[in-house]
Amino acid sequence: MKATLRRRDVVKKLLSDRRNLLVVAGLGSTTWDITAAGDHPLGFPTWGAMGQAAMMGLGLALAQPKRRVLVITGDGEMLMGLGSLATIGVQQPKNLTVVVIDNERYGETGMQATHTARGVDLAKVAKACGFRNSKVVTKSVPLRDLVHKTAGPNFLQIKVVAEKLPLVLPPQDGVLLKDRFRRALLGKSDA
Amino acid sequence: MQPWADEIHRELTHAGVRVVGYVPDAGHKRLIELCHADKSMRTVVLTTEEEGIGLAAGAWLGGARSVLLMQSSGVGNVVNVLGLLKTCGFPLTMIVTMRGEPGEFNSWQVPMGEGTQAVFETMGVQVSRASTAADVAPLVAAALKSGGGQAVLISQKVIGIKSFQEQTNQ
Repeated sequence: MKATLRRRDVVKKLLSDRRNLLVVAGLGSTTWDITAAGDHPLGFPTWGAMGQAAMMGLGLALAQPKRRVLVITGDGEMLMGLGSLATIGVQQPKNLTVVVIDNERYGETGMQATHTARGVDLAKVAKACGFRNSKVVTKSVPLRDLVHKTAGPNFLQIKVVAEKLPLVLPPQDGVLLKDRFRRALLGKSDA
Repeated sequence: MQPWADEIHRELTHAGVRVVGYVPDAGHKRLIELCHADKSMRTVVLTTEEEGIGLAAGAWLGGARSVLLMQSSGVGNVVNVLGLLKTCGFPLTMIVTMRGEPGEFNSWQVPMGEGTQAVFETMGVQVSRASTAADVAPLVAAALKSGGGQAVLISQKVIGIKSFQEQTNQ
């Protein structure tokens, strides 16, 4: 089935009226996507550490159990950290949702096919790892409750059109990204 | 028994460590048990050491200090993501039990054991070595007070496991 959802629309909708949501984005396209939706201090767009977005989300969710945490990452990034789905399944953070924006491609390296293009079902992997809610999304449906209310861990694999879009870049300074996040959340950047 | 493990646990408590990521390891058996029993700490068992770096970064963004417990063989699993500590200035103390040192009973452990310190240093992590049980706690305390990536390597001599049988009997 050919995907019809557009990634920037999906991410913009996920982040609309975001309130206290804490957001981590996986490197590459999803980092550009969250920035296109509006650069925000309570977002942590990564430029490296491929495979670690979901684990950063777990660390954040454990440190801030009263906040909702949303990880937005790509299928290639998620595949590199597949074991983290098992680790999250064991920890059962109720406040964590992992969203994979799945274009079935490595978007930054020449649009080569990922395993999801060959039938690997990440939502089933997440389900088998113990995520409470996990599904593949192929059309525009309401997702707000899942991100903001439903007890997790939650997982969404959202199938999107494979497209090359204009880059919308967040700051690249890692110390700045970390410090502004901590200032916005904790009111301080140091220990 | 590993009395130095109790001393590490006291230092973690003193530093306010709330999240403990680890890959199971015989050398850290006692410390892992102490952390599990401690209600002020959340233990997170990992499928690979690499996950502990992401976990620590996320926890720090959320205001929680964490540590990563691993064996030297796991140091090779974290190389690329150690860059995160340097690029963003995340503080993380990694407590590493050594394998592949003189007395090692498994030759397959030797290459990574020999390379451990160099790998860390190449990636900008500050390394200290505890060659006696008395060195362990003060080095961990010093690492917890410093910023960036910090690794404390605990010598195989301190751990004192000399055969497969002893490891299995732990």
